This record gives sequence, C-alpha cells and structure tokens, in this order.
Amino acid sequence: MTCAATNSIITVNNVIKQFGRFAALRGVTAEFDAGRFHAILGENGAGKTTLLRALAGLAEPTRGEILIFGRSSQEACRDIGYMAHPSLLYDEMSGMENLRYFGCLYGIVGDGRCEEVIRGVGLDPELTRPVGQYSQGMRQRMSLARAILHDPRVLLLDEPFSNVDVHSARAMVGLLKGMRDSGKTVFVITHQALLLEGVADEFVWMQEGQIVDRTVGLARTANSSPEDVQ
Amino acid sequence: MKRLFPILSVITAVLLAYALYQALVVAPTDAQQGEVYRIIYYHVPSAWTAFLLFFINFIASIQYLASRKPSTQTAAKWIVLAIGVVGVIACFLPAVQKLIPAGMRPSAVATTVLAIPAFYFLVGKLFPGQRLDVLAVTTAEVGVVFCTIVLITGPIWARPVWGIWWAPGDIRLTSTLVLWLIYVSYLVLRRFSNSAQTQMLAAALAVFGALDVPLVYFSIWFFRTQHPQPVIGGGGSMDPRMLHVLVVSWMAFLCFAFLVCWSRFRLELMHREVEEAHAMESLVGSGVTSKASLPLSRSSR
Amino acid sequence: MNSLWAVTLATLMKDIRLEWRSKDALNSMLFFSLLVVVIFSFSFDPLAEESRHIAGGLIWVAFLFASVVALNQTWARELRNQVLDAYRVSPAPANALFLAKALGNFIFVSVLEALMTPLFVIFYNLRVLGPAWQLIPIAVLGTWALVVNGTFFAAMSVRTRSREIMLPLLLFPISIPAVLGMVAGTTSILTGEESAHFWIVLLLTYDVVFTTACLALFGMILHAE
Repeated sequence: MTCAATNSIITVNNVIKQFGRFAALRGVTAEFDAGRFHAILGENGAGKTTLLRALAGLAEPTRGEILIFGRSSQEACRDIGYMAHPSLLYDEMSGMENLRYFGCLYGIVGDGRCEEVIRGVGLDPELTRPVGQYSQGMRQRMSLARAILHDPRVLLLDEPFSNVDVHSARAMVGLLKGMRDSGKTVFVITHQALLLEGVADEFVWMQEGQIVDRTVGLARTANSSPEDVQ
Repeated sequence: MKRLFPILSVITAVLLAYALYQALVVAPTDAQQGEVYRIIYYHVPSAWTAFLLFFINFIASIQYLASRKPSTQTAAKWIVLAIGVVGVIACFLPAVQKLIPAGMRPSAVATTVLAIPAFYFLVGKLFPGQRLDVLAVTTAEVGVVFCTIVLITGPIWARPVWGIWWAPGDIRLTSTLVLWLIYVSYLVLRRFSNSAQTQMLAAALAVFGALDVPLVYFSIWFFRTQHPQPVIGGGGSMDPRMLHVLVVSWMAFLCFAFLVCWSRFRLELMHREVEEAHAMESLVGSGVTSKASLPLSRSSR
Repeated sequence: MNSLWAVTLATLMKDIRLEWRSKDALNSMLFFSLLVVVIFSFSFDPLAEESRHIAGGLIWVAFLFASVVALNQTWARELRNQVLDAYRVSPAPANALFLAKALGNFIFVSVLEALMTPLFVIFYNLRVLGPAWQLIPIAVLGTWALVVNGTFFAAMSVRTRSREIMLPLLLFPISIPAVLGMVAGTTSILTGEESAHFWIVLLLTYDVVFTTACLALFGMILHAE
C-alpha cells in the first residue's frame, strides 16, 4: 500500500446539494485516502450518484466544498476519470474514433495510448463497428476505456456493472483491482456489492443523502439493510 | 416599512390624479395636433419609466454575473468606473461630439453615461447577493408592463395624426418594440428554464439585450435616413408649459412604478423564503442529524 | 492557445464526420430549404422590378427559418448518452466547444444558403444591379451573426422546457439589427440604389460584439446543470 502524502486525500466538507425543494445530499462530510478502493452502496435515491457527480465537478454543491488532493474538482480535472450509466460515447463512431477524440481533449496525441487502453479493457482496437451497435458489456468496457484514457489518479464509476454479463463484470473488477494496486483511488457505486467483496478496501453506506456507515467488510453493525447486499 | 407603503400609495394616487388633471385640463392645446396629442402625457412617461427599469435590470444582471467570483467583481467595478470617466470626458471632445445625434446636448449624454457607474454602485450597495436577482426579475416584469403601455399608446396616437398605425422606420417606437421583445423573451426564459442556474442564464440574456439596444438604434436610424418615415413621437422643441406637465406626469408614474416594484420585490422575497423553508425542511426532515447547523440566510453564499 | 485550436478543430471534424455518417439533418434540411423557396414563390409573385426590392427580405427570412431548424439539432447530439458530461469533466476549454459548434453551424448554414440562392434567382428572375461582390461580405457576416447567437441560445435552450420553441424566442429579438442589416444590405445591392457600406460595417460590429459576449459567457452556460 502506498503511503499517503499530506495532500493525498479527498475531502468532502459538509456538502449539501439541493434541487429546488429536494435535498439530494444533506451535509456529507468525509475524508477518503488515496490509493484505496471505496465501494459506495445504498438504496435508490440515497444520493450516491449526486455525490459522485459532485466529486467529478459536474454538480456544484449548494453549500460546502469538495477538495481533490487539495484542489477543487474543476482544477483537478486531469486527475479525474468519470464513468456514468449512460455510455458518454458517440454511437455513430467506432471505439478508436471515440477515444481519439476524447484523447484530444486531454492533449493525448497519436493512437498508441488509445489502442493500449482498448486492449486493456479486453476489446479490439481494430473494430470498426460503431459503438451504438455494441453489446451492453462491450459498451460499458469502452466507456471505462474512455474514463481511464488519460491515466487519472482518481476513478469515479457509477454502476459500471449494471446490465453486464458476469464474465465481463468480473473482468472489469479485476482491471479495477489492478488500478487500485498501482496507486489509483477508485470509487464505485454499485448495487452488486458481492462482486467487490474482497476487492474493495471499504464499503461506504449512504442513506437519504448522508453517509451512515463505513465498513471494511460487507457486514454492517446496526441499520444494515439486506436489500443492499445481493 | 409597513406604515410607509400606505402613505406612499396615497401620495401616488394624489400625484396621478393631479397629473391627469394637468394633462387633460390645464395643458394647452397643441397647434397642429389638437387634443389628440394629450396622449403624450402617458406615452412618454411610460417610455422613460420602462427604460429606467430596464436599465436597472441591466445593471443588476451585470452585477449578478460579476458577483460569481471576487476577481470578476473587482474587474467589473474598475471597468464601470472607467466607462464613467472616459464617457464623460469623451462627450466634450470635438471628434466625439460629431457622432452625437442632433438634438442631444453633450452634457445630457455625459449625464447619462455618468448614470452607469452611479447606478452600479448604488444598486450594489442596496441589493446584496440574491436580492440582485430579485431586483432583476422585478424590474423586468414591471418594465414590460410599462413598455406595453408605450406600444399601445403609440399606435393609438399615430392613427389620428398620421393616418397609419405603425411606421417601421420610426426609430423610437421600433426600438421600444425590440426592447419589449427582448424582455418578454427574458421572462419566458425565466419561466421555462428548469436549470439550477436559471438566474445566471437570464442575467446573460439581459446583458445580450443591453448590448443589442444601441445596435438596434443605429440600424434603424440609418434605415430611416435611407427611407424617410413619419416620426410618430413628434420631434422638435416643446412649449415649456407642456414640458412642465410632462415632468409632473413622469414623477407620478415613477412613484407608481416604485410602489409596484416594491410590492413585487417583497412578494418575490417572500416566495423565495418559502422555498428556502421547504428546502430546509427537506434537508433536516427525516431526523437524521447533521454535523453543522444551517442558517437560513437571506443573502447568497 | 494551442490546445484551444486543436480541440476546436478536433471537435469540428468530429461533428462533420458524425453529420456525414448520419445525414439526418443534412437531408431533411435540404428538402426543407427547397420547400421554403417553393412556398415563397407561390406566396409572392411580383414583377421583375418589384422582386428586386423584396427578394432581399424573402431570402433572409427563408435562411433564418432554415437555420433555426438546423441550430436546434446542434446540441441534440451531445445530449444523447450524456456525452456533454464527458466534455465538461475534461480540461478542454469551453470556448473550443463553442467555436467548433458555431463554425460547424456556419458551414452547414452556408451550404444551405448556397443551395437556396440559385433557386431564388430562378424563381424571381433576379439580376443584380449593384456591385455583386459585396453580397459576399453581407452573406458571410450575416450568416455568422445568426449562427454565433444561435449556437449560444441553443445551448441555453437545452435546459428549458419546450426547447424547440425557446431557441427562436430568444434568438429573433436579439437578431433584429443583424436581420435588418442583411435585408437592407442585400436590397441595396440588388437594386443598386444605395450603398451597402453602412450595413456591412453594422454587421461587422454586431459580429464582433456578440462573438465576444458569447465567448465570455459560454463557460457558464456549459457548466450550468
């Protein structure tokens, strides 16, 4: 395990996020160490996606602040890789074409890195089929490739295993484990906690816009709800 | 506050009645237009009031946009000061004086330019934070009402005098129409937008509108020189007695506009407080404790 | 500065490539433009002398409506699969996206104009009496005026209800001086009666003012939720 330097933490400081009358995040305060795998669990509407989007800089907190290694999310954008439930890819272009374009946004020139990343997720860079015609598993993997293309220090993944076959899901978990082992910080929102048992360093339990528990294993002491563990 | 409003209402009612009396009875009959011209005492003050309100909206919008970051706030203050200083000096340079349209004195233009920094600092002082946006909404809505009055009284006036309802080249009426369209679209944007940043989008639109107005004015001005059109507003100098009644009428309208704006402002503030209370309830509602207490703040973060 | 133009170019090429592959907007826009010209030719059937006076207005009104339909499509592609989030999360400058979209729209609307103009000339038997070369700066500056604000307001409308109607609602009032400039300028050149010099300067001023305003404020629009 790498030892954390002074600025190697992600701090969430009393973050409140309101959408009109609805409060999605109600005063979340936490610190996350770098180089660890955090699984975020909770029912629908618990605020998991909102928290992840706030970390990514896509949802500005109504109150409170988020610091990624001492900087705001916008400033730390090069260090952040984000993957959501929609694919964040252009359906009419092939995988390579998508990655070439997104690589350009990060200043990545040439095809080498794109090919390497596509192979890393278990897909073929030569495939000219447009992404819209991929299976769900392939699309999720290509979406992951886009998220890790610029070698970010922090990975934010929102339900990467949903609607994906078990084989692909396990392959992705293996990939993420490797990334954590190489020093990256990984956040994964999932309803399939069992996939991450033994891989995740901690499980963060959210309920009604707050973090209610942080455990090392899947067993919770009080307030544990069986529905979260499939 | 509570006592002031009824007192002001009474004063306004009296002023309006007085202005009506002056306009219909006291003011002399116009040599060319007869009695019809008397609509000017509603048409022109409405226009001046609408322009003033839209101007305040523009200032409030700029400040609201600038208040996002401290750096933009300071930059905006300096730019506004510079505009004031440079504008006033420029009005008295011969080269610039040639550009000023005929009929306007340089000192009048200078005073108008000076109004920009004056209003900027005044509005900034009196309406901190979120109140800027409330002011923007208020002035936009009331401004549109007065602008509508201008656009209705204009054609009513034009028809008996010129025989036409509308002259596309009439610079003032057409500029007013464009201004009205811009602000109606502003209000529609506010109503239809469901973004968290609606207020900023609307402020951006107001800035665009303000940038547009001089361009509208000049484009129609040139169009009119190429295609001469009847001037509905009536140009030239005015009998001092008529001018006196006009000013009285404007004072009455300003008081009335102030009253309406004040009511609307208070209404909007209350509406936002209710929304904040609901939001606060949702925040602490289900009994799960949060670490810090969350004050109900009136001004923005 | 390097990255601004690199990203702008990459985004522009990507949009062109996507447009070329799907050909959705292109085909429907071409047909729509043809329909507009035909309907106008039935609605206004003037003699040759009169046609020169009104053709300027008709052409630009037709372009205005055609471009609004095109502009609405601009951001639709970025909303599918929430691809815009991928851009927002990246360090790429917001202005690069704006410039790429505006330039893409400019090219697209120019293609439409190039196709519609000969049809107008045919249907109205137009002959240019003034200096014809001046039509080029008017067309270029006028199209940019429509497109730059159109791209900006289309991005704004994306977060509103009834977004298809919001765009023209926001765009038309602000575009009035530009439309006046285009129409009056074109008419001056067609009839040869006046100089279009002032209108070209007006359009240039309009373009400079609003391009600056759009570039200054687009970042805020992009990051609005």
